[in-house]
Amino acid sequence: MDRRKFIKASLVTSGAVAFGGYASVYPFIASSLSSPYDLVAIKGGEPEAMFDKAIASLGGMKNFVKKNQKVVIKPNIGWDVKPELAANTNPKLVARIIKHCFDAGAKDVYVFDHTCDNGSRCYSNSGIERAVKDAGGKIVSGESESYYHQVDIKKGKRLTNSKVHELILESDVFINVPILKHHGGGKITAGMKNLMGVVWDRRYWHQNDLHQCIADFATFKKPDLNIVDAYLVMKRNGPRGVSKDDLLTLKSQIISTDIVATDAAAAKLFGIDLADVPYINYADELKAGRKDLSKLNINRIIM
Amino acid sequence: MKVTAFKKIRVAVSLLFFIFTLSLFLDYRNMFPSSIYSKILFLQFIPSFVKFLSLAGLGAIGFLIILLLTLFTGRIYCSSICPLGTLQDVVSFLSKKFKIKKKKRFHYEKEKKWWRYSFFSLVVTSFLGGTIFFINLLDPYSSFGKISAHLFRPLLITANNSIAFLFEKMNMYLVYPFEFKGVEIFSFLLALTILLVVGYLSFAKGRLYCNTVCPVGTLLGFVSKFSFIKIAIDEKSCKSCGICERVCKASCIDTKNKAVDFDRCVACFNCFDVCPTDGMKFEYGFYSSPKNDKVKIEATPSCELNEHDEKVLYSKRNFLFNTFVYAVGLTGITLSQIKINPKKASKVAVFRKNPVTPPGSKSRTNFTQNCTACHLCVSVCPTQVLQPAYLEYGMLGMFQPRMDFQTGFCNFECKLCGDVCPTSAISSISLEAKKLTQLGKAKFVKDNCIVNTENTDCGACSEHCPTKAVNMVPYKNKLVIPEVKEEFCIGCGACEFACPTKPYKAIYVEGNPKHLTAKINKEKKIEQKVDYKEEFPF
Repeated sequence: MDRRKFIKASLVTSGAVAFGGYASVYPFIASSLSSPYDLVAIKGGEPEAMFDKAIASLGGMKNFVKKNQKVVIKPNIGWDVKPELAANTNPKLVARIIKHCFDAGAKDVYVFDHTCDNGSRCYSNSGIERAVKDAGGKIVSGESESYYHQVDIKKGKRLTNSKVHELILESDVFINVPILKHHGGGKITAGMKNLMGVVWDRRYWHQNDLHQCIADFATFKKPDLNIVDAYLVMKRNGPRGVSKDDLLTLKSQIISTDIVATDAAAAKLFGIDLADVPYINYADELKAGRKDLSKLNINRIIM
Repeated sequence: MKVTAFKKIRVAVSLLFFIFTLSLFLDYRNMFPSSIYSKILFLQFIPSFVKFLSLAGLGAIGFLIILLLTLFTGRIYCSSICPLGTLQDVVSFLSKKFKIKKKKRFHYEKEKKWWRYSFFSLVVTSFLGGTIFFINLLDPYSSFGKISAHLFRPLLITANNSIAFLFEKMNMYLVYPFEFKGVEIFSFLLALTILLVVGYLSFAKGRLYCNTVCPVGTLLGFVSKFSFIKIAIDEKSCKSCGICERVCKASCIDTKNKAVDFDRCVACFNCFDVCPTDGMKFEYGFYSSPKNDKVKIEATPSCELNEHDEKVLYSKRNFLFNTFVYAVGLTGITLSQIKINPKKASKVAVFRKNPVTPPGSKSRTNFTQNCTACHLCVSVCPTQVLQPAYLEYGMLGMFQPRMDFQTGFCNFECKLCGDVCPTSAISSISLEAKKLTQLGKAKFVKDNCIVNTENTDCGACSEHCPTKAVNMVPYKNKLVIPEVKEEFCIGCGACEFACPTKPYKAIYVEGNPKHLTAKINKEKKIEQKVDYKEEFPF
């Protein structure tokens, strides 16, 4: 950085901080500044109650969502499967997050996923469409290519560009709400793998080293908040599942601003060795976040 | 007797049938409940007839009702129920409205007997010979279906997507684009050809199509010769002014001779509507005045002779023609090996020996014998996996739908195609049964697989598999590679669709000529030992 740039940058920074605009422009940085914890893990309660408690320990949703902001929530709605089979994020949790966003003053809360099964069937049978509408949010189609726009992924090794849903690109706040599951190719799916649902061409990822592409995309857009639904966890046959026999009732939740830490914690909760989930390690190498949980300030809550 | 109400009722009824039938094909968001389809299409003649042949039951007697109705009072079907008939009326109405057509419209014309019976015997003999192909080409309901599915539906979707585009600019997502996988070119061309031919004929010649080409029109025409009540001219009231002749789209009123060729009358009642002297009447068919016939013969004695000659000639020609058709039908020219993706050469070219037919179709034979190619299933299929076949079923199976795993895959929780099918080609089955119906078996081609060729993880096929017939198993360097357990596979094609390899897939579904039942993939329940008070593992 040369001198001129330094002066300019410090002027802008001090100005922004002085006028209080900083927090609203960069809620991610603001929240990590004002929150004492890097990650919250909670277990033993119902999804909604756990979220209430966990978000409170991070200073409440107002630390992430400011007045009149546009929020996009990306749950996993990938499959035309009923809620009790836990292939999609728990609709009650999604509804609760939307409520917190509105309470914090959000103007609009959008929810979408680029589904694997037919979109409208996934939306309705997952129970998420109903939950979103009842909570006052807006459910948006992820099925049309026209909503996706080409972006460069500068730090990507294999994935250097991708078409990303405009809500991700345009919203002020991006909340990632995956459900923890076993995954055939990805080993497990949680925070980073869930972001495959914000791009148009997933086949490219599968063709070009799936794990590297998952890590590459994590360098492009870091969600402002990652909330992992680990209440019902699919232990095998993921990510779609065959029957209820595949599920383990873990009654847990992980919340963090760091998507790599989120996945590292999720992997441990799932019971898989970090070394067996290549994308978490790749993402750590790309500095998309930190996988070493021992260096993080973690709030562990048992209800 | 002035009965103008008849025309009004006919117009109202025909529009009802037309709008409802059209809506079924245009419902690209699947908003109609699937139970309504069979109610709306119950009376469509050919689908009902085909259904009756394989499963005689109350659900398939629509065509019998039409036959009885025709026997009672003529070809009510043609002007009130047949959607292609009403489509012709709409074309005709619009051309009149926009003054494209001169005022003087129709006049009496002789029946095109040779053509009419040639088309009819082509359909009948080919059907007896074992192919439904010519019915599929000429059945008015199925033709209307193809026109709706490949011309009107894409137009509506284009309109929807244009509106969605404008909405998106205003940050509104209520109307959203429909990701249309495109029209199949041959079906599009066929639909366009039918629309142009039928449209032109109705524009220039009224219902010439119905009275020459349409097999239903010909059959019902024959039945209406024996109708109990017929439309006729009241000789006392009729002044031979010719007004009725000008509005008769079937060109079957001969005012000069005061005769109605009821065989060709499509029961539109336009003549009743316009006659200034109450010259039209209903007549009991039993004693259909021999006088009229006599008048006809007297008026055209030479015609009678010609017609006789023509009949002889016709039967000879027809015999040769039919023999040819019959031979084609029996040989069943089939293209047994279809390249899955013929774009460019690849390492391992993959061939599918048998096309995959939709769930509920039981077998390839049952499906191809009973499908009239109306493309209703193609229109309602939410994943667009159902696409008209090109040569997968052979030449005579062209346009009958097949599962095209390039465009989509069969949704595990869906059985809409069977619910809407108006024939017995696809039966309605329970969702439980559907989930175990094996349409085909997945075949893994290791030499095309990313895991093997690139040494990177993938798993797209297993990810999409609803029964986990495709499972990821340990491979070298901690990688996992697909393994297929065929007994659990239902042939939905999710694996094939998801597989990212190009141009040939590393996994594809080989169709079962006869559908089988898959085994339930039952595994031991995951052990639920969780201590919720225990510390986190990190």
